Amino acid sequence: MNQELRELYQQVILDHNKSPRNFRQMENATQHAEGYNPLCGDHIDVYLLIEDGIVKDVSFKGEGCAISKASASLMTQILKGKTKEEAEKLFEKFHDMVTGKLGENPEIDELGKLAVLAGVQEFPVRVKCASLAWHTMMNALHNKEEKVSTE
Amino acid sequence: MNTEVETVAAVSKMKYDVNKIREDFPILKKRVHDKNLVYLDNAATTQKPTYVIDRVNKYYTTMNANIHRGVHALSQEATEAFEGARIQIKQFINALGKNQIIFTRGTTESINLVASSYGRANVKEGDEIIISHMEHHSNIVPWQLLCKEKNAKLRIIPINDNGELMYEEFEKLVNKKTKFISIVYVSNSLGTVNDVKRIINYAHQFNIPVLVDAAQAVNHIKVDVQDLDCDFLAFSGHKIYGPTGIGALFGKVELLEAMPPYQGGGDMISKVTFEETTYNELPHKFEAGTPDIAGAIGLGAAIEYVSKIGIENIKNHETSLLEYASNQIAEIPGLRIIGNAKEKTSVISFVFENIHPHDIGTFLDFEGVAIRTGHHCTQPVMQRFKIPATSRASFAMYNTKEEVDVLVNGLKKIIEVFG
Repeated sequence: MNQELRELYQQVILDHNKSPRNFRQMENATQHAEGYNPLCGDHIDVYLLIEDGIVKDVSFKGEGCAISKASASLMTQILKGKTKEEAEKLFEKFHDMVTGKLGENPEIDELGKLAVLAGVQEFPVRVKCASLAWHTMMNALHNKEEKVSTE
Repeated sequence: MNTEVETVAAVSKMKYDVNKIREDFPILKKRVHDKNLVYLDNAATTQKPTYVIDRVNKYYTTMNANIHRGVHALSQEATEAFEGARIQIKQFINALGKNQIIFTRGTTESINLVASSYGRANVKEGDEIIISHMEHHSNIVPWQLLCKEKNAKLRIIPINDNGELMYEEFEKLVNKKTKFISIVYVSNSLGTVNDVKRIINYAHQFNIPVLVDAAQAVNHIKVDVQDLDCDFLAFSGHKIYGPTGIGALFGKVELLEAMPPYQGGGDMISKVTFEETTYNELPHKFEAGTPDIAGAIGLGAAIEYVSKIGIENIKNHETSLLEYASNQIAEIPGLRIIGNAKEKTSVISFVFENIHPHDIGTFLDFEGVAIRTGHHCTQPVMQRFKIPATSRASFAMYNTKEEVDVLVNGLKKIIEVFG
């Protein structure tokens, strides 16, 4: 496989695509939002359970490409236990990473496993795939009812 | 004109030489990600032969001037070339007169012109317009806008699981309130060739005019507006090896004459005072402003080129490619072809159980293969088949069986990675 392609489709991503974590509807969610990418028809529901300003649980449902599914799956893992403010900061950092704002060798310690998605910055048309779950999560976090659209 | 006919006759006797045709398309030599370009996104837009590129270049380098009314030599030359392209189109689709050919920006604008001009003048509250479930958004939204404005109703001809129109259902939809039918000739996402003649014949029993969206038809099959007896027909230049930004609308004279103008401006008038304006004769009544002169000339050249190769020869070549590709693709495990109509052009839409079209598109790109992934501007088709998107390979006159092999091998590699 080509190097650039290998960077995009790392084993972790392929794994999360095949067996997405926290892939379920949440009955007791306190917040929920729906996201849609009209370009490829991807559709996602993000559920949050927030208690005392802390993300107690997070899950998602929907369909999408490997990048969007893996991104959503990884997001649910990292957000659990974070405060609202921390979640917002992570969103910004993640967004900066996939849009290439952190440069070639980003300091991504705090992004943890999310760093596997850094390869997306080489594929401008796929940035929306990686960020759909995050934008939807932000809407859920702020309890916005309107549908997120990447267009 | 005589030499033209002779050339066509001479070429059509020759064997179809795809490698020779490929030589005519400079972009096919391009390399993508260190691989030979395999361009299989022809239903989105076709590549341009040197014949077209040179003609556009020649226009700008030797005859650029605004058309009509100019008394100088350049303007006359440009006008002649522009009007010459109109005649090419007229002959290509077998229209009776060149005044029936209106230059537009493409199929979308052609349909909007009819919806806006004919539609607004003739559709009233409670009336109905019929389209089908397999229309491109460009043949849905203009009618929706009209229906909303007039409080009219849009009725939809259903399609079966093979992606074919359900003609009996269509006949049931037609009633006294039906004022217009707009139907696609060839589906861009399924490849289905519709029996538009059957639709037209039925509609005409009730004096209902029919527009045919021929965007995906003119480059694959012989389109004859007199044989079809369609009232309007729309197509785009860039899908038939011509430039983008230019297309045409064919219309029956009596309908076009009765229709109000679409846009106002220069060229579409014969006399203007602040009290009153009289409109120019057909086709100029519908061509306000300076048109895409180079584009029209390029489109004329593209039609000449296609005619020289012969649309029947192109069709035969593409049919054998479709057969070869369909057989190979159908054997790939986990793959399902969407659109299995008996009559199809060289379009294959497919989905995998567990691999998203977007991932397929990115992977194939690294094999040099350009295909389209997504809803192909036919979201209702995706809804009908309960899928978010498909991958679509579409073949043109210059594609080869070797290129099909590259596609198929690429798909097999993808299964290895995602499997």
